[in-house]
Amino acid sequence: MTFRRTAASAVALLAVMATAPAWAEKLSIGIASEATAVDPHFHNLTPNNMISAHVYDALIGQDEKQRLIPGLATAWKPIDDTTWEFTLREGVTFHDGSAFTADDVVCTWERAPNVPNSPSSFGTYTKGKTVEKIDDFTIHVKTEKPYPLVPNDISTIYIVSDEGGCEGTTEQFNDLSVARGTGPFMITAYEPGSVISLKRNDDYWGDKPQWSEVDLKPIKSAPSRVAALLSGDVDMIDGVPTTDIETLKNRDDLTLSQGSSNRVIYLHMDQFREDSPHITAKDGGKIKNPLMDQRVRLAISKAINRDAIVERVMEGVAIPAGQLLPDGFFGVSDNLEIEKYDPKTARALLAEAGYGDGFSMTIHGPNDRYINDAKILEAIGQMLSRIGIQTAVETMPRSVFFKRASRGGEGDLPEFSLVLVGWGAGSGEASSPLKSLIHTYDKDRGFGASNRGRHSDAAIDKMIEDALATVDDAMRQDLLAKATEMAMENLAIIPLHYQVNTWAAKKGITYPARTDEHTRAANVVKE
Amino acid sequence: MTVFVIRRLIQAAIVVLLMSMIVFFGVNVVGDPVDMLVSPEADQAEIARVIRDFGLDRPIYEQYWYFMKGAASGDLGNSFIFGQPALKLILHHMPATLELAFTALLMAIILGIPLGLYAGLYPDRASSKAIMAGSIFGFSLPTFWVGLMLIMIFAVWLGWLPATGRGDTATFLGIEASLFTRDGLSHLILPALNLALLKISLVIRLTRAGAREAIQQDYIKFARAKGLSTGRVVGVHLMKNIMIPVVTVLGLEFGSLIAFSVVTETIFAWPGMGKLLIEAILQLDRPIVVAYLMIIVLLFVVINLVVDILYSLLDPRVRLGEQGA
Repeated sequence: MTFRRTAASAVALLAVMATAPAWAEKLSIGIASEATAVDPHFHNLTPNNMISAHVYDALIGQDEKQRLIPGLATAWKPIDDTTWEFTLREGVTFHDGSAFTADDVVCTWERAPNVPNSPSSFGTYTKGKTVEKIDDFTIHVKTEKPYPLVPNDISTIYIVSDEGGCEGTTEQFNDLSVARGTGPFMITAYEPGSVISLKRNDDYWGDKPQWSEVDLKPIKSAPSRVAALLSGDVDMIDGVPTTDIETLKNRDDLTLSQGSSNRVIYLHMDQFREDSPHITAKDGGKIKNPLMDQRVRLAISKAINRDAIVERVMEGVAIPAGQLLPDGFFGVSDNLEIEKYDPKTARALLAEAGYGDGFSMTIHGPNDRYINDAKILEAIGQMLSRIGIQTAVETMPRSVFFKRASRGGEGDLPEFSLVLVGWGAGSGEASSPLKSLIHTYDKDRGFGASNRGRHSDAAIDKMIEDALATVDDAMRQDLLAKATEMAMENLAIIPLHYQVNTWAAKKGITYPARTDEHTRAANVVKE
Repeated sequence: MTVFVIRRLIQAAIVVLLMSMIVFFGVNVVGDPVDMLVSPEADQAEIARVIRDFGLDRPIYEQYWYFMKGAASGDLGNSFIFGQPALKLILHHMPATLELAFTALLMAIILGIPLGLYAGLYPDRASSKAIMAGSIFGFSLPTFWVGLMLIMIFAVWLGWLPATGRGDTATFLGIEASLFTRDGLSHLILPALNLALLKISLVIRLTRAGAREAIQQDYIKFARAKGLSTGRVVGVHLMKNIMIPVVTVLGLEFGSLIAFSVVTETIFAWPGMGKLLIEAILQLDRPIVVAYLMIIVLLFVVINLVVDILYSLLDPRVRLGEQGA
């Protein structure tokens, strides 16, 4: 009996060994978006930054929840109101063997905002800051005014070498002649449209990746990406379409990983025009813009059944939202609740505001930008119609939508009355959406750049500006949370849900979902 | 004759110029590329900088003037999103598309002509009817659906062929293509078949119709009466005559295979010009769209010009008719 049991377990063990996949050290990932270059400073765009993170390091890294972690700097602290001191990591070498020192940081800082032909430069992050070398492994970053987000901004700038990299042109980065960073991988091939090949950097200063070679293959068409995974062309894919998640979940040769992103999907409402272009009385006559009335905005928020949208439209793959960022991010408020679905109160509020008979409105949104964007908007249209707001829905490609939504109307003003948009907090904390979406539109000072409803409240503005000048973390957290609470109370915007991103991989490969939607091969682990 | 050629050249130049206007202005009235380019985090100053740097703040006729000035010296502008010359990007992606189109054309000929001939010679057989029914499917099923089905069947279920991408390339006779490696060919088969399906159906129907018509004609009967073997009658006398329309149509179709393999390239993630074009359209990378369309316009104008000149050489009535008019 004992013998048989041993034999049986030996067989079982053999079976396990036989079925355990023979792992090639090579990993191939099908990615949904393609970088426009492999120059880390050419285009400040998520797909590009994601590739840069493989090959280059910044002084400060962002972990999977976008919390700041030591990168090429081991420590940083403010030494007075306008100066930050960074202690650099010693003993780090670039892929060509040259040593990393403060000189590389100084010259990178010069290069990053000044790349010719850049469609979106890193000047957004370098602006107003100067880098000064103190010794080989200490730098000071000086700002004009007290500014707490220095570490966040620093974490977006990937460091290139002062031997070649800083003088390199985008073309030289693309042909790989100067593409040498300090990151976990070296780039060995860049074929636009087909593959980016990486090789492990065996001298990497941090945790070395498990993969000796990685291929990143852009496959934009979602069904093709899923098919590539199923057929074994690639080992892992990102951007799994919500419609396929159920099917993939039920297969035992695949594992899925999911996590909430830093992207909130929300509604912006015209709050600055007495006569809003897409709102009329039910008979087509002119009326005063009802969206200026806070009660109407609250009625709209209460009319929206967020749970139903998440369940039906998003197939369960989203998280209902009550503010600008999901729990766990810096600057979110603990006191905010998700608005409850309550059409009865919504009707009462409309009546109280003098729109008991409802009104007629066309709402707009993109149809190729966010997960299921057009379907969400249609659902909202129906929900609003139910409380008496006769709603028509119009969606369009993002290439047309965003211009019209931002400055398509008369005098370069936003054209629409109510739009569905999304916002991903690149800095991983609440000042990013507050500054761009909630703060009064102020062209000269760079506030409210994406405030398409032109909500404006001096008290909130003050609080955001104070937060952006408060270096103390605890105080800033309070200010950001308070500003968020006031904005939500005003219904400056109506948050709907946070997007959830899904990755799928062969069994045995796991990926910790990142809130910034990056797919990073260095973090992919095999069990 | 010279007068005729010169007149044709002038006409071609006018067509190119008009098309450049239509394309340029047409592309420039749609949407705004700035919102596609800048990071959402960018402030108003950065947005203004991009608008200025890319010359989007200038009036459209001025932009057109700069475009024409560049075009005269062979510069069709820089891609907004890649920052590289549009022409260079398109030429870089061209070989992948050419080999795809070439393989699809080859499939259309190798499969289409024998099947069409068979269906034309033996129209009453069940197999012929099956071929014709199949060609109707080839015509009417949408390319993207067929592409996905091919991937499902051959890549996911059977696992015979890879689902996406282009395989390894090798250089042979100075041409770098994935036609010359095993891996390359295995990647090529599905997208080429997908692209070829419609053309195969077209060739089948053309060949069948031609064969059905020619077989009734007197010269075929004479050839048979002379005692020629069936093989020779079909292979020489019949084929020669029915090939004329097939070759003409295939020539034109080859142009459209090159220019508009957009759907197939997207589904199979094939790094060709079509994929470049569709992504440029989605992201409003205007210089690429304009340069691409200009190249295609030029291609078709040149083909037509050559055809016209050849016709006039072959058929004096064309020349005389033009002069008389």
